Amino acid sequence: MYTEKVLDHFRNPRNMGEIPDPDGVGTVGNPVCGDLMTIYIKINDNRIEDIKFKTFGCGAAIATSSMITELARGKTLEEALKISRGDVADSLGGLPPIKMHCSNLAADGLHAAIQDYLKKKEANK
Amino acid sequence: MMRRIYMDHTAGMPVDPRVVEVMMPYFSQKYGNPSSIHSWGTKTRKAMEDARAKIVALVGAKRSEQMFFTSGGTESNNLAIKGVAYRNKDRGNHIVTTAIEHMSVINPCKALSKEGFNVTFVPVDKYGVVDVQSIEKAMTDKTILVSVMYANGEIGTIEPIREIGEIVHREGALLHVDAVGAAGQVPINVENQNIDLMSISSSDMYGPRGVGALYVKTGTRIQPIIQGGGQERGLRSGTENIPAIVGMAKAAEIAKAEMKAEGERLSQIRDKLIKGVLESIPSSFLNGHPTQRLPNNANVRFSYIEGESLILSLDILGIACSSGSACTSKTLEPSHVLLAIGLKHEEAHGSLLFTLGRQNTEEDVDYVVNALPDIVKRLRAISPLTPKELLS
Repeated sequence: MYTEKVLDHFRNPRNMGEIPDPDGVGTVGNPVCGDLMTIYIKINDNRIEDIKFKTFGCGAAIATSSMITELARGKTLEEALKISRGDVADSLGGLPPIKMHCSNLAADGLHAAIQDYLKKKEANK
Repeated sequence: MMRRIYMDHTAGMPVDPRVVEVMMPYFSQKYGNPSSIHSWGTKTRKAMEDARAKIVALVGAKRSEQMFFTSGGTESNNLAIKGVAYRNKDRGNHIVTTAIEHMSVINPCKALSKEGFNVTFVPVDKYGVVDVQSIEKAMTDKTILVSVMYANGEIGTIEPIREIGEIVHREGALLHVDAVGAAGQVPINVENQNIDLMSISSSDMYGPRGVGALYVKTGTRIQPIIQGGGQERGLRSGTENIPAIVGMAKAAEIAKAEMKAEGERLSQIRDKLIKGVLESIPSSFLNGHPTQRLPNNANVRFSYIEGESLILSLDILGIACSSGSACTSKTLEPSHVLLAIGLKHEEAHGSLLFTLGRQNTEEDVDYVVNALPDIVKRLRAISPLTPKELLS
């Protein structure tokens, strides 16, 4: 049911872990639904310098988390905010239809982390 | 070559080669319609009646004509519930069942509740045991049918059927038992256990799919839900599937002959699996009853991780099993059985169901017990829910 690419990211997740002193953190999903994802970002000169994730959930949830870190790393905040759920699924060679809504949360998690960073930045002005 | 271990027998079982062998002549050589009066027909009629007798023997029924062939467990459950409800609506419109039944019991009950019947779903305790008293409390003078499963295929818990039957009969209703998960695994006696109707499936005892049976005690008021040429004495029309019926009977015969030894063997390796997993993995728990459970069933859960990712990880190592997680279901809801025993959604998501079978060995269990701790550890390292002290 999953593509080779999904299984590869599930088996060998990229950038798994936490960033000790992150500039932004985004948590999306809910363990009640079976998926919970936290994205940590470090920003340097308006670019995502480092990004890590931790995820509770199914194979698709773990693979999309891993994929978003690859897609977002090195991007400007504006570019990163444009990465969509569809982009993540496409980069993985597609997801089963039933997983598109529930487990494809990684783009939301990234956006939440960026919003967190922007809010903190605004507060520190 | 990678070791391959199949521990998902509740989802699907191989057909026993001894069963396949007896089925083969009935496809292209002995193909007469049992309703025909010529010798082709009488030959298959005899094969069908011999088959019926073997299935009757498996469940302790007294007479062959009490057993009706169907297309499987789902049809047997539908026939029992709808057939009894429609036929007895002059006596009452209330049905009692439990929160942990198979969907082929729950959904017909729900459908009937839209047709003027009232259905009460009684709860179960934390082990999945149906409380006899709550059945009694739920029954009214309008209750015509009580449907309780013999054993739950997901958490393995075996229900106190005989005691429930006593209450049901005292209150003047009929007891239907879904024995799909239990028949062939544990001894059943419809006479001693106060059972009026009982569903059995072939494919849950190493027989072919697409065939099952419904036991109906003599004198039980029931009407057909499939109408046609009047086969199965009018209760289930449709030309009989003789190869499947012959196969089911062989499967029942083998199950009966091997039940004691195989039950003991499976219980032993099941307990080794449960013990091994619970001892080697922190924050792991058994789902279902510790002793009152099917010999082949081991259902465990792990905090902080999700079942589908466990299944994928085990599949990579050649191990097949199931989960009650929403992510493995068609509805995206976790198993209603796990919720009914009081688990929170996030606990239900982390459950893993191993159902053992004839070809599983003690070495298979050792392999799984060895493999699982690292898988759980890896997924817990990825999960944001895992407490720090579990990660070291």
